[in-house]
Amino acid sequence: MADRPKLYQFTNCRILRDHKLIRSDLWVRNGRILNPKLLFWDEKVQADVRIDCCNYIISPGFIDVQINGAFGIDFSSPDIDISHGLRIVSKGLLQHGVTAYCPTIVTSSPQTYKSILPRIKKRPGGSHGATVLGVHLEGPYINPLKRGAHECEMIHSKVENGLETLLNTYGSLDNVVLITIAPEIPGILDAVQELAQKNVVVSLGHSAATLSQAETAVNRGASFITHLFNAMVPFHHRDPGLIGLIASNNVPAGKTIYYGVIADGVHIHECGLRVAHRINPAGTVLITDAMAAMGLNVKKYQLGPMVVEIRDGHAYLESTNTLAGSVVTMDSCVKYFRQASGCTVVETLEAATLHPALLLGIADSQGTLSFDTNADFTVLDDNLNVMSTWIAGRRVWMHDDCQMVLTD
Amino acid sequence: MRLVILDDYDKASLWAAKYIMNAINGFKPSQTKSNFVLGLPTGSSPLGTYKYLIQFFKEGMVSFKNVITFNMDEYVGLPRDHCQSYHTYMWDNFFKHIDINPANVHIPDGNAPDLIVECNNYEKAIDQAGGIDLFLGGIGTDGHIAFNEPGSSLASKTRLKSLAADTIASNARFFEGDIQKVPKMAITVGVKTVMSANEVVMIIICGGHKSFALHMAIEEGVSHMWTVSAFQQHPRCTFVVDEDATLELKVKTVKYFKGLMEVHNKLVEPRVPSSFTAP
Repeated sequence: MADRPKLYQFTNCRILRDHKLIRSDLWVRNGRILNPKLLFWDEKVQADVRIDCCNYIISPGFIDVQINGAFGIDFSSPDIDISHGLRIVSKGLLQHGVTAYCPTIVTSSPQTYKSILPRIKKRPGGSHGATVLGVHLEGPYINPLKRGAHECEMIHSKVENGLETLLNTYGSLDNVVLITIAPEIPGILDAVQELAQKNVVVSLGHSAATLSQAETAVNRGASFITHLFNAMVPFHHRDPGLIGLIASNNVPAGKTIYYGVIADGVHIHECGLRVAHRINPAGTVLITDAMAAMGLNVKKYQLGPMVVEIRDGHAYLESTNTLAGSVVTMDSCVKYFRQASGCTVVETLEAATLHPALLLGIADSQGTLSFDTNADFTVLDDNLNVMSTWIAGRRVWMHDDCQMVLTD
Repeated sequence: MRLVILDDYDKASLWAAKYIMNAINGFKPSQTKSNFVLGLPTGSSPLGTYKYLIQFFKEGMVSFKNVITFNMDEYVGLPRDHCQSYHTYMWDNFFKHIDINPANVHIPDGNAPDLIVECNNYEKAIDQAGGIDLFLGGIGTDGHIAFNEPGSSLASKTRLKSLAADTIASNARFFEGDIQKVPKMAITVGVKTVMSANEVVMIIICGGHKSFALHMAIEEGVSHMWTVSAFQQHPRCTFVVDEDATLELKVKTVKYFKGLMEVHNKLVEPRVPSSFTAP
C-alpha cells in the first residue's frame, strides 16, 4: 500500500467547472482530476493530503496558442538551440499560469523550417515546465500586404500543389498543430481541406481576404482567426472582410469560429475587445503573441534580421509604429481582458483555457476541470493574480504570497 | 418525550444540529463500541440540520471521523448517481462536506441483485455496528417515517415497500413530471428499526401543513395509521418543531413544553454530558 498514489483534495476554493465558478473541492490522483462521488461510493477512500486553498479560484491552466518566444528565446531563430530554448520558455511561463502552449514560428525560409520543426516535439508538462502542444506555423502563406513584422522576401504568394507544396516548404507537419494562412492566396484552399483532414487547425490571418473568401476557407475546414483586427482589412460595413467572419452565418451550423485576441491594451482598443466578445463570446481565445523580449527588461531587441523597440511595454519595429508581436504575459492579458471587456470571471478564464482547448480539439484532457482530465491548473486570487501553477497534480510554481496549506 | 418548540425552521434546525453535535462529542468509545452510530433521513426537513452540522465541522467544533451512519431508505431500481437518488442527496447535502470515512456510510442499495438479502444484511450491519445511538428523522404530512406509510406495521424492520399511489404521483415532479419514471418501490428501515435506536430525534419543519401530523404523533394514541406515533413508546424521543407546526396542538400541550424550554435548551449548550434522562 505504501506505493499507492496519493489522493489530493483541494478544498476551500472555487473551481471553474461547467461554465460556472462553483464552491467545490477538487480531487486529484495520478495527475488526473477525479469524481469524488465515485471515490466515495465505489472506492470508499478519503484524501491522503488536503490542501487549503484559502478561498482562491482554481482555473484550468492557461493555454497560449500563439507565442513566438520569451525570456530571450526566439523560436524562429535559425541558429537557436531549440531544446534549450523550449526548456527556458516552458519553465518561465509557469509563473504566468500557462500550463500549455504552441511555440509559434513566424514566416521563415524552408531551410529554417526543416531545421527547427523536427526538434520542437510535443512534450507533456511537469515540474520542468509547461506542456508543448505542438507548433503554430504563422506563415509563410500570407498576404505581403498584411505581413506585419513578417519578412517580405520569405512570404509565399501561391500554392501550386495543395498540401504537397506546403510539405515542400515545411518538411514535415508531424509537430505542427496550427497553421496561419491567408485564404486569398491562390491554391491554398486545397491545402486547407487536406490540413483539416490531418487534424491540423487552420487559422486565417495576415490576410486581406474578403468575407466570402474567409467563409469559403471555413467551409473547407478553417476554424480560427489569427490575432483578430491585426494584420487584416479593417471592418467595413459594406465589405466586412475577415473580421466579419465572427458574425458570419455562412459557416457550417453549430461551428464556432474562434479568434485570437492580444489583450495587451495596444493591439486592440478595449472597445474592439468588447465588440468581438459580444458578437461571438464563445470564440474568444486570449493569445499573447509574445516575442523574445517578453520577460526581459530591455529597450531594444534583435528579432531575426529586425530590431524591435520596446516602448511603454509594447513591441514595435524600430523607428516605426508597426507592432512586432507583444511582450505581454498571459496572466496580464487575462486581467486586462476582464477589465476591458467587462465580462465575467468565468468568461475571461474560459477565453484562456476552454476555448483554446476546444479550438485544438484537446478539451477532453485539457482546458477544463472536468472529471478524468489532466490536473493542469492555475490558482488565482480574486484579482486574477496567479498564486500557484500545477501540472499533472503537482505544484510547479508558487507565488511568495501564496498561503495554501497542505495537511497529510 | 420531549417537545422542543422553536420560533422557526432555521432555529429548529440549529437546535437539532447542536443536539447531534453534543451527542457525537459526548460519545465515549468502549471496547464493544468504538464509533458513534447515527441514523439519517433525507427530504426537506433535515436540510437545515445538515447545513449547521457542516458549518460546525468547518469551524472545527465536530468531526465525523468516528461516526458510522445508516440512512433510512433508498429507491429501488433508480441508478445510484441519479439526481433524485438518496445517495446523491446525501452526497450533495452532507457527506461531501464533512470528514466522514466512506467505509462508515451505509445507505440501502436499491440496485442489489437480491433486495431481500440486502434488507436483511442492512439490519445485520446495524447490529454489527452496535445499534444506532441516535436516529434523526423527519415526517410526512401523513405521519410517515421513512417509507413507512400509513398502515405499516409498527413492528417492521428493514424491508421492501411498494410506494403509495399518492406518493408516486407527488414524486413525479422530481422526475420530469413523468409518473412512469418514478420508482415504485423502496427499501426502507422499519418502524421497529428506528424504535430500536438508543435515542430518536424528530424534526418537523415549517409548519402548518405538518401540524396535524404532529398532533396525531403526540396527542392521540399509538396507531399504525400514523407511524410516527409509535415513538410515544420510545424512552428517549425528542420532537424539534417550529411554531407553525404546533397549530393543531392543544394550548395546554404547547404551554407545558414551552415551560420546559429553559431545561431543554441546556441540552444544546456546549459540552453537555451524553447521559441524561428524558423527562
